[in-house]
This record gives sequence, C-alpha cells and structure tokens, in this order.
Amino acid sequence: MNQVTPFLRALGAVVWKDLAAEWRSREMLSAMLVFALLVILIFNFALELDPVGRANITAGILWVTFTFAGTLGLNRSMAVEKDRGCLDGLLLAPVDRTAIYFGKALANWLFMLSVAVIVLPVYSILYNINLFQPGLLLVILLGSEGYVAVGTLLSTMSVQTRTRDILLPILLFPIVIPVVVAAVKASGNFLAGLEMAEIQPWLNLLIVYDVVFTAVSFMVFDAVVEE
Amino acid sequence: MIEVRSLVKRFGPKTVLRGLDFEVKQGEFVALLGPNGAGKTTFLRILSSLSRQTLGEVKIAGYHLPHQSAAVRRRLGVVSHLPLLYGDLSAEENLQFYGRMYGVPGLVERISEVLELVGLTARRRDLVRTFSRGMQQRLAIGRAILHDPDVLLLDEPHTGLDQDACIMLDDVLRQVAVRGRTVVMTSHDLARAQDLASRFDILTRGRIQASVRQSELAADGLLAFYRQTLESNAASLKEVKPV
Repeated sequence: MNQVTPFLRALGAVVWKDLAAEWRSREMLSAMLVFALLVILIFNFALELDPVGRANITAGILWVTFTFAGTLGLNRSMAVEKDRGCLDGLLLAPVDRTAIYFGKALANWLFMLSVAVIVLPVYSILYNINLFQPGLLLVILLGSEGYVAVGTLLSTMSVQTRTRDILLPILLFPIVIPVVVAAVKASGNFLAGLEMAEIQPWLNLLIVYDVVFTAVSFMVFDAVVEE
Repeated sequence: MIEVRSLVKRFGPKTVLRGLDFEVKQGEFVALLGPNGAGKTTFLRILSSLSRQTLGEVKIAGYHLPHQSAAVRRRLGVVSHLPLLYGDLSAEENLQFYGRMYGVPGLVERISEVLELVGLTARRRDLVRTFSRGMQQRLAIGRAILHDPDVLLLDEPHTGLDQDACIMLDDVLRQVAVRGRTVVMTSHDLARAQDLASRFDILTRGRIQASVRQSELAADGLLAFYRQTLESNAASLKEVKPV
C-alpha cells in the first residue's frame, strides 16, 4: 500500500497536468478533431455509396480516422514534454517511472475517446447510420486502449529522434495492425448485427492485445527512457 | 555529500569523461568550469541520474548511482538551461504538479513560500508561457527547491538571460545556497561563478584538471587561473602528441 500511493499520486498528477495543459491550449485535441472530421468528410464525398455500401465500410473508415488522428495526438503529447525539457523534469521525480507511462497513456486514451465522442455523432449524421450501439462503444474502448498503450511507448522512443514526426507512424502502424484489424472486424460485425459468437473471437483478440502490450510497455518503459 | 571516483562515460567510440574524480562537502557551492565539449553537462546528467556512467562510482548523500537512483532523486534539485516547465500551466500549477510528483507535504504553504522566495507571488496565476526568460528561470529554481533538496545541480542557469535577469537569478541562488544546500553549477560566465561559488573546478578533456577555493584565488582572480589551467593543459597535450 505504501508503494501504491506514491505510484497513483504520480499517475494522477501526470493525467491532471496533461488535461489541464490541453484545456488551456486545445492544440492537440483541436488538431486531432479537425483531422478526424476532415477524413470522414472526404470519405463521404469521395465514396458516393448506397446505404448498404456505407454500412459495410463504416468500421473501416472509423478506425482509419481514429488511427491517424491518434498518431497526431501521440506525437504532440510527447513533443510537449521533450521541447521544453519537461521529460527530464518527469524523469527526475523520485517515482516509479511506469507511473509516468501510465499517466501519459491514460491521458492519451482520454484524448482519443474525446475525439470518438465528437466523431461518432457527426459520422452518424453524415452517413445516416446509427453508431450508438453498446457493442461498438466497447470495441472503441478496447481498440483505443491497445493503440495508446503501444503508441505512448513508441512516441516516447521516437520523440528523442530528429525525425520523430515520420518515425512514429513507421514504428507504430506495423505493430498496431492486429488491434486495428480486430477492431474493424468487431465493429463491422456489431454494426451488421451478427451473433455474439461471431464477434467474440475479435473481442478476445482485442483483450489479449491490450493485456499483452500494456504489460510489455509497463516492463520496458524504464529502459526506453534511460539514455 | 557528493563522491565521484574514476568516472568514465562513453558514447559509442567517443569517451567524454575519462576517469573523473570529484568530491563536494555539504554546504559547498562548486562552480564547474570548462570549455564547450569538456563534458560538464554529461557529468551533471550522470549526477542527476538522467544518464548512466560507463564505469566508476557515483555516490550522493550516501546513495549509489544508478542503483539507488530514486533515493538520490529525492535529494536532488536540478536546474538546466531549459526551464522544465509547462507553458500552458500557471506558475502555481507547475509547482503543484511537481509537488505532487515529489510528494511534498503541506504543498499549498510550500508553494507560497517558494514563490515568495523567487519573487513570483504576484504572477502565481499567470501562464508560464507569458513569462520572460528570466522569470521562467527563477520559477525553474523554485521548482528545483520545492521539495527542499540537499543538493542543487545547476547546468548553465544563466544561459539566454539578460543582465538584469542574471542579477535577479544570482540573488535567488545566493538565498538558496545560504540555507546550507550543496550546489554544483556549470557555467561559462567566470565573473558570475566567482561571485557565487566557494570553489572552482576546471573540467577539460573529461577530467577535473584543477581546483581552487575562493579564499585561495590569487589577486588576478578566477579568469587568470582558468586561462592558466587551460594553457598548461594544452601544453601538456602538445608534449604528448606533437602536431
């Protein structure tokens, strides 16, 4: 318990700091949102589809939107720490460094979910599809968790290089292929109203991915931030 | 308070620190001087646990680095030429954040005390990005002393400051040092270093080449001592490796 309290206190402090700074600047969220809305708008005009066609591609468009918008947020989230030397400030604190990782990851997750909260109703209106289904919301929760778990770790690595903006997607996308595929399949199946038995394997894959990659990130974060 | 023995730091094939020995007693204010590329910042990063030594022993307040780094970090305050502050948070919020990271007890009172010490009480609710460079650096010192550390490591804290800001920063540093803290400061500004420190160590080519106390300085001062050390070092290098 004595070890847990400083860990949670530090984790909470990092989340609070990220949310408070973003509330002031709105730099990251506005960039993610504008990008996400542009993507679904462009797809809406580019793919002149009938209602059935729209339903079929919805899961794919949603996850492409979340993935690319998420990359913008991940890059920005760590760049803020690096540019003013704040990453050193965090690493100098006498806390378990994984608390810093979990704090950053949790804040990134909240940012990604905030984008989803705006994108879903806009998408529903533009494409005339009801996306407010508990199953789809569960997939978004699980998929975005896996995405930010890996993304936060890799952005911590890439931010220390000169080519950080280019490097993050190059490192991240191959690793998140399983989570994106599983999320697209599970979302599509939920939207198509398929039986739970057909959706369950994809949900299982998402859960396993989340657990494995969160655990791996937890184990290697300290080594990643060490010089 | 700080003991360093035979410290070596290599970056790939390049050796930056070559068997450096260094010792600082409690309450001493040591200025670490030397040309660019001498290894001052690398040395301070090792002392602050942000970098690991390749070889050698580093002990701060009785704790070994890198194995007891959390215990060392609790006793350290670090100021670099970057402020380590969040521009989109106010001065008070920055200190709140770092205070929570360090688990500072009585944080509200401590923040008021620190802001008073660095002369930023009136600007406590202003965003840090609206601060001048000098004010940011004073707040950076406030951040570094918030948890009342035994040791302060200052890496060129005067970089980028104008004369007025330097004078204000020096006043803050004197107040901080007078409270019995051990301070190690790297600097290129010999006049400022002479004004603040009680001991001067000259680091060139990865080793401490010379050390002198304030009371032992000759009448021609620190500048002459510094030049003499660098010249004798260059001469000894020529003897070893004739060009």
